[in-house]
Amino acid sequence: MKKLIRVTVNDMEYEVAVKPNQTLVDMLRYDLGLTGTKNGCGEGDCGACTVILDGTPVSSCLVLAVQADGRAITTIEGVEGKDGLHPLQKAFIEKGAVQCGFCTPGMVLSAKSLLDENPGPSEEEIREGISGNLCRCTGYLQIIDAVKSVSK
Amino acid sequence: MGEISMGKFDVINSRAVRVDASDKVRGRALYVDDMKMAGMLYGALLQSPLAHAEILNIDTTAAQRLPGVKSIITHKDAGLVKFGVSPARYDETIFCHDKVRHVGDNIAAVAATDLDTALRAVSLIKVDYRELPAVFTVEEAMAEGAPVLHAAFPRNITAEVQDEFGDVEAAFKQCDLIKTTSLVNKRQDAAFIEPQGCIASYDFSGNLTLYSSTQSPHYIQRVVSMVLGIPMGKVRVVKPYVGGGFGPKAATNHMELAACLLSMKTGKPVKMNFDRQQVFMHGRSRHQFFHHMTTGVKKDGTIMALKHDCYLNGGAYASFGIATVYYAGSLLGGPYKLPAMKYHGYRVYTNLPACGAQRGHGGVIARGCWEQQLDMIAQELGIDPIEMRLRNMMSAGDVTCNYLDMSSLGMKECVEAVRDRSGWKEKKGNLPPGKGIGMSCGFFVSGAGYPIYRSDTFHGTVIIKLTEDGGTALVYTASAEIGQGSDTTFAMIAAEAMGIPLECVRLESGDTDFGVDLGAYSSRQTLMTGLATKEAGEDIKRQVLEVLSEELHVPVEDMDIKKGFIVFKGEKPDITALRTRYIKEHRGWSDNPAMDEELSFREASRMAFLSRGSIVGKGKYKPPILGGQHKGAAVGTSPAYGCSAQVVELSVDEGTGKINIEKMTDAHDCGLAINRTSVEGQMYGSLSMGLGEALFEEVKFDDKGRVINDDLAEYKITRALDMPAIEPIIVESNEPNGPFGAKEVGEGAIMPAIPAILNAVADAIGVRIFELPLKPERVYMAIKEYKMKKEKEKGIEGKTLAGSSQKQA
Ligand code: FES
Ligand code: FES
Repeated sequence: MKKLIRVTVNDMEYEVAVKPNQTLVDMLRYDLGLTGTKNGCGEGDCGACTVILDGTPVSSCLVLAVQADGRAITTIEGVEGKDGLHPLQKAFIEKGAVQCGFCTPGMVLSAKSLLDENPGPSEEEIREGISGNLCRCTGYLQIIDAVKSVSK
Repeated sequence: MGEISMGKFDVINSRAVRVDASDKVRGRALYVDDMKMAGMLYGALLQSPLAHAEILNIDTTAAQRLPGVKSIITHKDAGLVKFGVSPARYDETIFCHDKVRHVGDNIAAVAATDLDTALRAVSLIKVDYRELPAVFTVEEAMAEGAPVLHAAFPRNITAEVQDEFGDVEAAFKQCDLIKTTSLVNKRQDAAFIEPQGCIASYDFSGNLTLYSSTQSPHYIQRVVSMVLGIPMGKVRVVKPYVGGGFGPKAATNHMELAACLLSMKTGKPVKMNFDRQQVFMHGRSRHQFFHHMTTGVKKDGTIMALKHDCYLNGGAYASFGIATVYYAGSLLGGPYKLPAMKYHGYRVYTNLPACGAQRGHGGVIARGCWEQQLDMIAQELGIDPIEMRLRNMMSAGDVTCNYLDMSSLGMKECVEAVRDRSGWKEKKGNLPPGKGIGMSCGFFVSGAGYPIYRSDTFHGTVIIKLTEDGGTALVYTASAEIGQGSDTTFAMIAAEAMGIPLECVRLESGDTDFGVDLGAYSSRQTLMTGLATKEAGEDIKRQVLEVLSEELHVPVEDMDIKKGFIVFKGEKPDITALRTRYIKEHRGWSDNPAMDEELSFREASRMAFLSRGSIVGKGKYKPPILGGQHKGAAVGTSPAYGCSAQVVELSVDEGTGKINIEKMTDAHDCGLAINRTSVEGQMYGSLSMGLGEALFEEVKFDDKGRVINDDLAEYKITRALDMPAIEPIIVESNEPNGPFGAKEVGEGAIMPAIPAILNAVADAIGVRIFELPLKPERVYMAIKEYKMKKEKEKGIEGKTLAGSSQKQA
């Protein structure tokens, strides 16, 4: 039996009928067509599916869609503001922090929620902040550099 | 586009922003699972739970009855056409019919209206097996009377290689020191973050389109055509954005073929994905290698000969394995002057998922073994390891004993750069206990000299078409952007060759309709696709200038195109008529050129269209005949070789055995760097993968051949917290066989990482370790053994001394 839930995604309200065992990542990708959120493992290990749920970064493959009922989500599609790209997105582009790009949405969201909490993180804090996000391509240093460059 | 031009080039040799970056940071770039088609079905595979078993019966009746199931296929539908990677060892079929050879071997596939239904149907298929004895190790597989996986390959030997160049035994006789050591690694997983996935769509005109997360659309197209019996012209393979490959995605997988067949059966698009467990069960990543090497040197460190034996645990199918076992031998031909080399390699079938190619194909562990041994030799001879390497270094123009031609080789520059930048001279020998510094060199092909199937095919073809309005160049290549940045590289090369800004180039890639390209493996694209792109760009420039020459009566040789404008070497001709004509065609446009402006490429290319119709430039590349005449000579040949050197500084906690890598100084000779940011990106990525392999990566199996750690938590790859500081140094030799002097960086950069770490660990703890990964337990045990040995030696020394003193008394 599907259940109707109401979620706010990137400041838009949606009503979605979801199966009880459906994950949030599935709902975002397949029901809402927000395919920027990636699924790299489906078991909470890679961070590719990271979204911000009520201000906290979560692995959306570990969250059931029904758990998001009544809550607010930011996905990569919602990071860009009215004035264009978020400074982090710009920094990722400029610092060469993107290769295959599969980890990028999750990385950007983890970094964003880190900076939202702590606008001036140390390098160690940046590494901690993205330690749940795996990247097999870049070796992380250009990503760390990008985050550093927009830290206060 | 935020690029800084650094030298004599206008576009390349700079730091360009990747052409795909702005879509990727927005989550807009489409990967295969992001795509959806009307009426699309979802497929799932039935895979063997057993490592080795006879298939007695497959019963699909219950599954057929499940509502929503649209098609179920087994070997009866798929046929038994064999495929694989190299035609000499086609040993796979889409589905097993007589027996399964590893856990995860493919038995059936289902297409249904949704994934849950497909998975349920798979669970309802009943297979009766008779379990067979299985072999998991090289020893078991090669033992007398062992069960055989493939009847045609007794003792489970996929391939045996024997080569000798020069006279090794004679050379050993002239040596002052002969040293034998070994190294064994564990099976790796490439651990790309995007699992393999595909969508197959068969239409009612008999055309099949396969969208797949692949490194080589061309190879997949050939295999699909051959196995399913559809003419190649009716098979189109399209690669959307790919979330990393590193090797395993270069070969056709069963899921791709099953999806095609399901789409043909149902007349609907079919989507299929591996989950993370299936990625591990499919395997095709780095083999487990057992290397055993004996090297002879003169007192002054001159390397005279290398005798090398190697066994590869290959898993159930050949995949890339023949190439792997050849590479494991041939890549030690360089970068040192080595007069004699003898190699004996075996690639062995076992009842595990097949191994294949992974970054640094075949050469990584061999390099690890040898570079550690060379370090030990240097130590015994009392020569600084860097000095010893420099003494033996080849330089541009040298040819190895196995006929690899060093058309360019900035090896010496790499070694000197890492020596000087790391502070080697001050640090080596002066570090406190527990801290170590080590170095290594590396060496890799810049594209395989021959295709994986025997053929005279071009390795890459490129088409550039100018848009008819003038001003934009569309580049079409079947090459594969898998994250490494090749789209940007070729857009840059095209722009440079045509003389126009990068913004005027639009590039489409990864589609077999665009031509032939062997794809992203063996670090081949920058050089090979790059040369084809350059040729196509030059063809365009020539055609545009020819038309201009007719219009303006200026000889072609007296004109050029630079930064999007026409340059006249002599006196400037009168362009008024031409410009007036152009402006007339663009009444109402706000960006028409003023009368006194330079003549632009946009105007010229419009004139070219008006005179000749669509302007299309063509480029192609295939390497010349390379290498020696011996069997397997093809593997290891390349039109060029990349090389690298690395210094690693680390500390080891003696109480726990935990290694902390503190700094890596890495130099890579990539020829002329097309995009410096991407070159460094490849260096960082290679080092991070090498670090993971050296310290923790290991695919583990239980005694039934099942992967124990088939997830990204238990299979550890390098995380942000594990990364040391890295100083990347780009060394630019000028490669005569590469586009604008460019060659590889994607794989060569991983070569020195493992041995440099091994050597630094030995420097830190005083003892050598010959098994990877260097996990804390192993390092701790090594330290303990070493200490006990020392104690004992001290004890014995003490006793003998005491004994002799007694005698004297
Ligand atoms: S997909 Fe959610 S953590 Fe990997
Ligand atoms: S860029 Fe490929 S996984 Fe991070």
